Amino acid sequence: MRRMRFQKTGKAVWMSHLDTMRLMQRAFRRAGVLLHHSQGYTPHAYVSLPIPLSVGMESLCEILEYELDAELTITPEQINKVLPEGILVTDVYESDVKTKHLCLMDAELLLFYDQGIPEGCVEMIEALLSREELLIEKRTKRGPEEADIRPLLKSYRLERSGEQLRIFCTVCAQNPSLNPMLLIQAIERYAASCKPDHCRCRRLEIYDENGKVFR
Amino acid sequence: MNNKLERILPNVQKPARYVGGEYGQTVKDKASVDLRVAFCFPDTYEIGMSNLGMRILYAVMNQMDGVWCERVFAPWADMEEAMIQNDIPLYALESGDPISDFDMIAFTIGYEMSYTNVLNMLRLGNIPLHASERKGLSQMVFAGGACMYNPEPLADFVDFFCIGEGEEMTPEILNLYRKAKREGWTKDAFLCEVCKIEGVYVPSLYEHIYGDQGELLEIRVKEGAPKQIRKRIIQNLDTALYPTEGIVPNLEIVHDRSNLEVMRGCIRGCRFCQAGFTYRPVRPRSPKLLQKQAVEALEFSGCHEITLSSLSTSDYYALEELAGGMLDYCTPRKISLSLPSLRADNFSRELMLKLQQVKKSGLTFAPEAGTQRLRDAINKNVTEEEILHTCAIAFSGGWNSVKLYFMLGLPTETDEDVLGIADLVYKIYQTWRENASNKKRGVRIHVATAFFVPKPFTPFQWEKQITPEEYLRRTKLLKANMPAKFVEYKYHEADLSRLEAVLARGDRRLGAVLEEAVNRGCRLDAWDEYFNYSAWCEAFDCCKIDPDHYTVRGFEEGELLPWQTISDGVSTAFLSRERKKAYASETTADCRSQCAGCGANCLLEGGKCNA
Ligand code: SF4
Repeated sequence: MRRMRFQKTGKAVWMSHLDTMRLMQRAFRRAGVLLHHSQGYTPHAYVSLPIPLSVGMESLCEILEYELDAELTITPEQINKVLPEGILVTDVYESDVKTKHLCLMDAELLLFYDQGIPEGCVEMIEALLSREELLIEKRTKRGPEEADIRPLLKSYRLERSGEQLRIFCTVCAQNPSLNPMLLIQAIERYAASCKPDHCRCRRLEIYDENGKVFR
Repeated sequence: MNNKLERILPNVQKPARYVGGEYGQTVKDKASVDLRVAFCFPDTYEIGMSNLGMRILYAVMNQMDGVWCERVFAPWADMEEAMIQNDIPLYALESGDPISDFDMIAFTIGYEMSYTNVLNMLRLGNIPLHASERKGLSQMVFAGGACMYNPEPLADFVDFFCIGEGEEMTPEILNLYRKAKREGWTKDAFLCEVCKIEGVYVPSLYEHIYGDQGELLEIRVKEGAPKQIRKRIIQNLDTALYPTEGIVPNLEIVHDRSNLEVMRGCIRGCRFCQAGFTYRPVRPRSPKLLQKQAVEALEFSGCHEITLSSLSTSDYYALEELAGGMLDYCTPRKISLSLPSLRADNFSRELMLKLQQVKKSGLTFAPEAGTQRLRDAINKNVTEEEILHTCAIAFSGGWNSVKLYFMLGLPTETDEDVLGIADLVYKIYQTWRENASNKKRGVRIHVATAFFVPKPFTPFQWEKQITPEEYLRRTKLLKANMPAKFVEYKYHEADLSRLEAVLARGDRRLGAVLEEAVNRGCRLDAWDEYFNYSAWCEAFDCCKIDPDHYTVRGFEEGELLPWQTISDGVSTAFLSRERKKAYASETTADCRSQCAGCGANCLLEGGKCNA
């Protein structure tokens, strides 16, 4: 399978999952490389972003899967020339590792407190993350439902960095995945006084089930 | 990125439209330019980025050394609220700078229902609303666009208007402004000079005097200002700048594809259609150049779809050649070609079948009226036979859905004409039954009726608009007689079209109404969810202006018209002749078959149309 690894930062973080797919489809054409198309009335170019990234989140480790006719190739230089601000392809390769092995993800949350980090905040957040159960409210078709996200949080580490608080975490990436932003919702519920005024989130790395970087 | 912005964007819909940074945008060093233009489109990003005029003029301005033109769009209501709450003034996408920092603030205005957005955007940008309150040379507000042939309702707010096509006029204006800025002119000195550029209309140099009934008595022209402003046109489109390296949006927009303008103007002369007159005379691009531009645009944008656009693309003289060449390029690259506004009469079966290879697009007709008599009266030269014939070809070729557009309230319309629509729809259904290649899939016929709005610069510019009540009666009559099973019938809101009629033929007295409406929260009027008719009615009441003055009253042919200072090249005598022919249900030939002597040839060097 052909894969492309890219970063999404800066202004590009505001693009949705679907918009990012469309962007990549067009970028291939701009680079002069025609993606493999399905047959039929409305030929369809196959591309896939296996783990959707929420609008507003940065990532240093996005994966795009795509198909080209056998004789075609593309390089990062070729495609980077035709990408907008904030999208940067870092690697293009073939892999026989199936997408389902993409299991874990490192992410970082940067919590902003306009009045400074509240007293005891680090301890309180640590205490709540070490609970056995972390319930959050999820919106589903049947209405709001409680869900326990703690099993999806594999490890975490807190760090003060100047005026901000940084949470590094390793979470499940697929089936089911944990959106790290949900940890903020948990903080709001269990330690309301530690709720940040603003939070930035960034994906750092993806791994297979054995903790090896996924390629 | 601005910290405040970063915090509000996660909470608004489609934040990508508020940050810029797209592929193809123009970024310059602001320290090295001497003129910054905030180019505003008074509607959302998705609409504005689909607008060809905006794309062309963005390229024209940025092509000038020392000028940086940036884009500004109207925020959606959620963003607007967040901006106000967080004290973020309206800003331009490329630099993120507030529009109040700019030298010039330009608007391109395509439809009347965006007027409140113009005021609202100025307000969100902390720009004084009234032209008279802006004393200096900076924050100079000017506007052009398809509906600026009668700009009077905006005369209080805009310093000057550009009438007609902007490719050549805009650099002339910008260069004059740079000279004024360098030499430290006053605003008045600049306005007195800019009015000498052909096509520029400075409303403050014309005083409009009204009688007690609101009738326009006199237009007093100030010394040095031209008596009449004639629209500008591009003589040769082949040498005009066409932006093949345009911005590729980061989110889906309304016309999310490459767009080629095959010609300007229309040879037809449908009597209700303002663009059909104001864009005269017809000027095509050459097929060779278009083909080259198409390839450039597609390769630059990476789009997998391209449209050949114009007011009536099937009248393009070299359509077969162009479409053939385009298909040779597009088909192996899986690019689909779409041709909007194909007419029923010269629809080529071959072309339709070829297009089908690439993509199945819908079949659309705009007969506008239900009977031949009324179609003749409005000079919509399409016959029932042609429509049914095209449908038969389409149905046998596998199409199973048709969209039909009509108007209600056209001059001379009777109930018989209204019922004629239902009749035509039924005949289309029968045509489907007789020709469908696959009957199991069924057929859908979508019918939409609009409420006729008489527009200035058309033969119907003096006509009454029927009352909303009468319009609704006609929609009910039609609905009751429409074969219901396979038809979806939708009709436009009466209130919106009534207001559109007021603004289209409006005068300067409406400036106060617009301001009152905006004070009452009106903006995004073209969007159902925000159109607030009762607020508009209050605004009219508060200004003691009766909307009927502009709608059901009608205008006398001898009356002084608010837009009389402006000329699009078509003579009033011609419009009046066309009006009489409409009453007699007589058609006028298209410009290619026989020149009807409209007068627009005077705009061409050499004075001869090449339709
Ligand atoms: S002058 Fe004649 S050919 Fe030219 S636009 Fe008018 S009617 Fe058409």
